[in-house]
Amino acid sequence: MSLVSFRDVQKSYRSLQGAEYVAVEHFSLDIEAGEFFCLLGPSGCGKTTVLKMLAGFEGPTAGQLVMEGQPVTVASRDRGVVFQGDDSLYGWLTAVENVEFGLRMGGVARAERRERAMRYLELVGLKGQQLKYPAELSGGMKQRIQIARALVNEPKMLLMDEPFAALDAQTRSLMQLELAGIWRTTRTTVLFITHDIDEAVTLGTRVGVMRAGPRSDVKGVLNVALDGARDRTDDVFLRYYKQVYEMIRDEVAKSLAGGA
Amino acid sequence: MSFRSLQTSWNRYGGYALGFASLFVLWHLASIYLVSSVLFPPPAVVFRKAVILVRTGVLLEHLWASAQRILIGFIAGSLLGIPIGLAMGSFRPVRQVLEPYTEFLRFIPSVAMITVAVIWFGIGEASKIFLIIYTTIFIVILNTAAGVSAIANNKIRAAQALGATPRQIFFHVALPATVPYILTGMRLAMANSFTTIVAAELIAANEGLGKMLWDGRMFMLVDDIFVSLVSLGLLGFAVDRTFRWSIYTFAGKYSPAT
Repeated sequence: MSLVSFRDVQKSYRSLQGAEYVAVEHFSLDIEAGEFFCLLGPSGCGKTTVLKMLAGFEGPTAGQLVMEGQPVTVASRDRGVVFQGDDSLYGWLTAVENVEFGLRMGGVARAERRERAMRYLELVGLKGQQLKYPAELSGGMKQRIQIARALVNEPKMLLMDEPFAALDAQTRSLMQLELAGIWRTTRTTVLFITHDIDEAVTLGTRVGVMRAGPRSDVKGVLNVALDGARDRTDDVFLRYYKQVYEMIRDEVAKSLAGGA
Repeated sequence: MSFRSLQTSWNRYGGYALGFASLFVLWHLASIYLVSSVLFPPPAVVFRKAVILVRTGVLLEHLWASAQRILIGFIAGSLLGIPIGLAMGSFRPVRQVLEPYTEFLRFIPSVAMITVAVIWFGIGEASKIFLIIYTTIFIVILNTAAGVSAIANNKIRAAQALGATPRQIFFHVALPATVPYILTGMRLAMANSFTTIVAAELIAANEGLGKMLWDGRMFMLVDDIFVSLVSLGLLGFAVDRTFRWSIYTFAGKYSPAT
C-alpha cells in the first residue's frame, strides 16, 4: 500500500464574483514511503493546491485523499510543511526556539527538546546561529530553519512548496545539494513542489508532471534512476532533463497562452 | 570623558539638544521683541514661576493628580481593550457583534462624553478615569484586532502542521505576533489620554494641570498658564519616551520585521 494516495481528487474554488474555478480534477497519484517525489508543473497549474490538500489546510471538493488508509482531513504533525516564503517563521523566537516549537507544543521537556533541536540545526548547517532571530538571518538560512523545524518533529512525510524559489541561483543550488544530503541521511518521504526542471531532476527519485490549469491532473510520472550526488553535466542527467522537458513544454506554452 | 565619547554623544543627542535650545530661544525672542506683552511671558519668567510653584508644592500636586488619572485609566483601558481586540480579531461572530459598538462609539470623542461623565460620576476621580478608559479602549481594541488579522496565514498553518492545538496557536502564535500592534495602539491611546484629561479638568476638577489652566484664566495668572502648558509638554514627552524605550527594551524581539 502506498503511503499517500490521491484518487480522482477535485478541488474547486469560488471567486468573489461567484464564478467557479476548478483548479485540479481527476487528480490521481500515489506516493510511496521513502521516495523523494517532485511534482513539477507550469505556474498556475495547481501544484500548491495539491500540497495544501495533502497538508490538510484545504479539503478536496471531490475524490479521495488517503494517508496510510486514513482520509486526510486536518493538518497534523504527520506531515511537516516547508513554505516558500519566510512568513511562516516566528520572528519573536530565536532560530533554535523556532526549531523546537513543535516539540514544545507536544510537551517535550526543555532539555530534551533543546538537545534534539540542536541536532537538527547542525544537520541543516546552522550550528552557531541558534541564538539569532530570523530577521538576522539570510533567506537561505531561514529556509534551513524551516526544514529543521519540520524534521525535528519526525513527521512521516515532508511537504515542500517551492522552498528555494525565492533564493538567488547560487544559494539555491547549494540548498539543493544539502537537501539531497539530508534526505539521504533521514530517508523521510518528501513531496517537493517546483516549476524548475533542473531542480526536479536533481532532487527527485520520481518526477510527476502536471498539465496546465484549470482542471489540471498528472500528465505523466518519470522514474529518475540516478544515485548519489547528481551531476548536471552528466549524460544520463541530461537525458532525464530532456524527457521531462518534452513532457512539460506544451503545458508551459498552454499556460502562457492562457495568460497565467 | 574622552574626546571620542564626547563626539559620539554629540552625534547621538546633539540634534535634540540643539532643537530644544532653539525652541526656548525662539520663544524668548518672540515674547521679548515680537509680542512684548504680559500675556506672553518669556521662558525665564515662566521658569521662575515654576520654581515658586514647585517650592509651594502646588505644581507637583496638580501634575501628580493628572498623571495618576491618566495612568489608572490608561492601564484599565488597555487591560480591557486587549482581550476584546484579540477576541474580535480571532472570531468573526465576536467581531460582528461588537463592531457596531466600536464603530459607533469611537466617533463620539471623549471630550463630548465629559458632560455625561460628570453627570454620572460627579467631578471626582471616577469621571476622569472613566473618560481616560473611554478614550483608550477603542484605539487599543482597533489596533489589537488589526494586528490579529495581519498575522500571516502561514504562521498559523505552520503551527497546525507542527501539531499545535487551537489554544496553543492562540497563546504561542497569535498573541506574540500581535504584540507590536498592541503597543502601537497603547502609544496612540496615551497621546489621546492627554487631550482628554486636560479637557475634563478644564470643565470639572479640583486639581490637575487642566484645573491649573482654568484657574489661570479666571484669575489672570498668565505665568501659571504657561507653567501648566510647559509641564504638559514635558510630561507627555517623558511618558512617550519611556514608552518607546520600554517597547524597544522589552519587546524589541517582537518587532514586526518577520
